[in-house]
Amino acid sequence: MATIHIDGKTYQVKEGRNLLETCLSLGLDLPYFCWHPALGSVGACRQCAVKTFRDEQDTKGRLVMSCMEPVKDQLRLSISDKEAAAFREQVIGWLMTNHPHDCAVCDEGGSCHLQDMTVMTGHSYRNYHFSKRTHKNQYLGPFLNHEMNRCIQCYRCVRFYKDFAGGKDMDVFAAHNHVYFGRHRDGILESEFSGNLAEVCPTGVFTDKTLKQHYTRKWDMTYAPSVCQGCGLGCNIIAGERYGSLRQITTRYNGAVNGYFLCDRGRYGYEFVNSSRRIKQAAVRALTGTDIGTAEVLQYVKDKLASGKVIGIGSPRASLESNFALQQLVGRPHFHLGMSDTEHDLTTLALKILRQGHVRTPSMQEAATADAVVILGEDLLNTAPMMALSVRQAVNRQPAQEAMNTTHVANWQDAAVREAMQDKHGPCFILNVQPTRLDELATVAYQTAPETIARIGFALARALGAPLAGINDLTDQEQQLVTQMAAALMNAARPLVIAGYGSACEGVLRAASNICEALHQHAKPSMLVLTTPECNSMGLEMLGGLRLDSAVDAVMNGEADTVIILENDLYRRLDKHAADNFFRRCKEVILIDHLYNATAEKATVLLPAGTFAESDGTMVNNEGRAQRFLQVYAPATTAIQESWRWLLQLGRVTNCERLRNMEFFDDVIHALTQQVRCFAGIEKLTPPADFRIAGQKIPREPHRYSGRTAMLANISVSEPKPPVDGDTPLSFTMEGYRGEPPSSVIPFFWWPGWNSVQSINKFQVEIGGSLHDGDPGKRLIEPGGNGQLTFFTDVPDHFVACAGHLQLVPLYHIYGSEELSVHTPGIAERMPAPYIMLSPEDARRYQVAEQHQLQVAVDGHPYTFMVKVNPALQRGMAGIPAGLPGTGIVNMPQMAKV
Amino acid sequence: MFSLLRSMWLVFLHMFHKRETYQYPEHKAPIPARWRGRIALTRDPDGGERCVGCYLCAAACPVDCISLQATEAEDGRRYPLFFRINFSRCIFCGFCEEACPTYAIQLLPDFEMAEYNRQNLVYEKEDLLINSQGKYPGYNYYRVAGMSIQGKDKGEAEHEEPPVDIKSLLP
Ligand code: SF4
Ligand code: SF4
Ligand code: SF4
Ligand code: SF4
Ligand code: FES
Repeated sequence: MATIHIDGKTYQVKEGRNLLETCLSLGLDLPYFCWHPALGSVGACRQCAVKTFRDEQDTKGRLVMSCMEPVKDQLRLSISDKEAAAFREQVIGWLMTNHPHDCAVCDEGGSCHLQDMTVMTGHSYRNYHFSKRTHKNQYLGPFLNHEMNRCIQCYRCVRFYKDFAGGKDMDVFAAHNHVYFGRHRDGILESEFSGNLAEVCPTGVFTDKTLKQHYTRKWDMTYAPSVCQGCGLGCNIIAGERYGSLRQITTRYNGAVNGYFLCDRGRYGYEFVNSSRRIKQAAVRALTGTDIGTAEVLQYVKDKLASGKVIGIGSPRASLESNFALQQLVGRPHFHLGMSDTEHDLTTLALKILRQGHVRTPSMQEAATADAVVILGEDLLNTAPMMALSVRQAVNRQPAQEAMNTTHVANWQDAAVREAMQDKHGPCFILNVQPTRLDELATVAYQTAPETIARIGFALARALGAPLAGINDLTDQEQQLVTQMAAALMNAARPLVIAGYGSACEGVLRAASNICEALHQHAKPSMLVLTTPECNSMGLEMLGGLRLDSAVDAVMNGEADTVIILENDLYRRLDKHAADNFFRRCKEVILIDHLYNATAEKATVLLPAGTFAESDGTMVNNEGRAQRFLQVYAPATTAIQESWRWLLQLGRVTNCERLRNMEFFDDVIHALTQQVRCFAGIEKLTPPADFRIAGQKIPREPHRYSGRTAMLANISVSEPKPPVDGDTPLSFTMEGYRGEPPSSVIPFFWWPGWNSVQSINKFQVEIGGSLHDGDPGKRLIEPGGNGQLTFFTDVPDHFVACAGHLQLVPLYHIYGSEELSVHTPGIAERMPAPYIMLSPEDARRYQVAEQHQLQVAVDGHPYTFMVKVNPALQRGMAGIPAGLPGTGIVNMPQMAKV
Repeated sequence: MFSLLRSMWLVFLHMFHKRETYQYPEHKAPIPARWRGRIALTRDPDGGERCVGCYLCAAACPVDCISLQATEAEDGRRYPLFFRINFSRCIFCGFCEEACPTYAIQLLPDFEMAEYNRQNLVYEKEDLLINSQGKYPGYNYYRVAGMSIQGKDKGEAEHEEPPVDIKSLLP
């Protein structure tokens, strides 16, 4: 702790940080541009000037850039000093000499850091009377808009895109006052994290292009804290709505989970909510053509449930509450987890490892502090994108530390540290079936079959001292890799092992667990990340239920004839022919879902469910962290309801004992925590619905929200009563408590004078730290819970190519593999066409080349794909894009006949 | 007694004063140009819609009676897809006009907007858009702001240099 004096006041502050962060952490207002809490300082913009004084006698002082100056004990500085203030105003005047003055048509306006800082410095009059330099814009793809004239040359964009996220196709060009930030030529920005530029850039150079399609100012949206549905990591998001459609997703800072960033699937994958394929009315197939309301549909379903033998199929993309409500409605013995075979196996195993092992699974931000990384069978950028960003930070850990030791600069001296690091990376090993885009970071990247990856993993565990049988059929290269990895892991202070659903091979997960257990025996604080396929796979597994197979069996042998399917497209879980047979045998298929999909085609009753934006719910991410998402807006029609509410209503009409007396969200949570012990504590994730601050609810809308008395006036000039939210402490209006809400229910970040995303500073304990009353979410799984797990001994057999056959393995795509995000036009545009990836040997053997068509048969059913050839692929294997619309093959790995 | 007579005398004198009463509606009162009455959306000198859908009027409106949706035309110009003012709520404060960066929204000297049915006081863009520049002739936002639109490329706005060739090595 150091004592510093700011404008005559004394503060106790942390040492080792810079003055800018320190001032901001203390809640003081100080303008800045080039510094970013996650990117550090470079001292490029000169906006953060303050005056420091030698001692008490010194009245003259000297101007310094606060972001480049470390905290020293007994330091005296002044923010309000006249000269410093005048300097800051002057600087912004310079930065604005070429500004195009087009705030009115700028999408950043109203949430613009440049506007905020201009007001903060008091710069209000243009003294520059010469002409402005201009730039041409570039086309950057479907996600980002480019308006280069607004640039203030802070360099944040390239520092984020290149240095932080490892992008290759964006840079700064030209010199002096001509500098240009963009691509070498027009084209799609390749990075999976490009969308963050819209938040990182303090001006309107980079803005969200999907927002532009239905543009709304920040002050005009209705917001709620939410959780990304894009993958198993559960990044925190803020979702904003206007006029009944979802408009934008922005990062909801969470110091443990996603920090300041999101991936592009998460940021842009929201448009399914506004899709024309939404199910908007309850419907009964038998009564098509008749005009029936919700009550009649419920009555119909009641009769069917009473007469039929009912089973329920849950979903890993539905909330815990909805799955639980279904489980209670149909009864535990009739509740099936709607996961495909492989997914089910992998998630079960992952949960077992996390629960019974000794090793802690880290949050994403913890994972970023690792200093050696082993990735087994996972193409992270496509299976758990934000984790890849953590890995990027982790591989910098060792060289950055070295650089700091040798050059004696602080870690926030970004340019200096990077200069000293050069291109050095810490130890990182990536084993996968095909090369990944992270391979450039890897000490060694090695491609082989998943089974072999598992065997290498087992050998590594043994090399680390695990009591396992030796594996002696590894090649020399593999043997050497094992030795190298073992040495790196033993040298590391915080080794990290990553595996998961990407390999679709249980052996790989077991191997990862073994490695960590072996490290644990050496008392190393190792970390194990296991990725999960969907946003609530882990939660569903923890809730527990039967396999999907047994649902199929039950229907096939007549034990059941009526199924309630919750937010699930069974054509993504079962082979098409199996699903067809299944539905043919079902008498009634009651589907509660929000998008019209292949399962909806077969449904006899459709109940329109709310998407995440229209529902409250809880999900558990791959880390075992339960997180709550809250409803953003009341759906356009009352026919659309949260899935759990539909199920409660079904419970009411059928007099279901287990669902009695449940009406609101809190009731479901209460029952859930009572019935399933492992969920204890989730009732505290967000305050209950009756929570009030100063007698008031927390408003979802900013105080400047406009158009209340006009937006619906075309329908009726008398404004309707706003919807009432009985489920959460949030209100659907702009009325309510205006101070800082509890961290778990912050609907949007805004602070007086800070309209942009930078207002996050005001909500943190310290810059880059946790939110004021702790980061939202609760970890439900802690290591050593029972510590039964020691070592897995079942090593998978070597993969052997089989004549005339190909082993199909899933290849994941950030754009395309996820079911809902593909409904965003921009994501659909970036999706690959279905293909089959072959090794050159197999391509030769089957006499096909790139772009040729190849027909394979799975279970006797033919599938035709376009061929891609990848020299890194093992002979005898074929990669198929997983989950991609139009692929048709669901369960992988499996054998296919050529 | 005296004050009584004085008042009667003064009232009597008023008979010879100029009449202030207008025989409305036969006679219209002259209204100053800056009278805050009926709100209109004006056009720029080239006949294009001035409103760029920036939402500032809506944000400034104290009774929140303006609602619009911005969109972008093929030629790059922004415009409101719909623009609605609920005049049954409007207090004719003129804040919207003051907030407007393009001089699009203007309060005009006309107050004859009474309706029997309140619903008729909801004006849509068709009702608001007029074929005139209103009180501020000559102003064209796109001539000033740097955003390029069809017919006005980068570097062609006021006080702009032609776009930089970033590949040039000249200083
Ligand atoms: S484009 Fe944005 S982030 Fe990049 S230098 Fe310009 S203002 Fe800064
Ligand atoms: S990493 Fe996953 S959870 Fe995070 S933003 Fe991307 S898709 Fe969403
Ligand atoms: S005159 Fe005042 S009340 Fe009427 S629309 Fe404009 S800002 Fe709103
Ligand atoms: S302030 Fe002017 S330009 Fe902006 S939306 Fe209103 S009328 Fe249009
Ligand atoms: S923030 Fe300090 S110089 Fe830019």
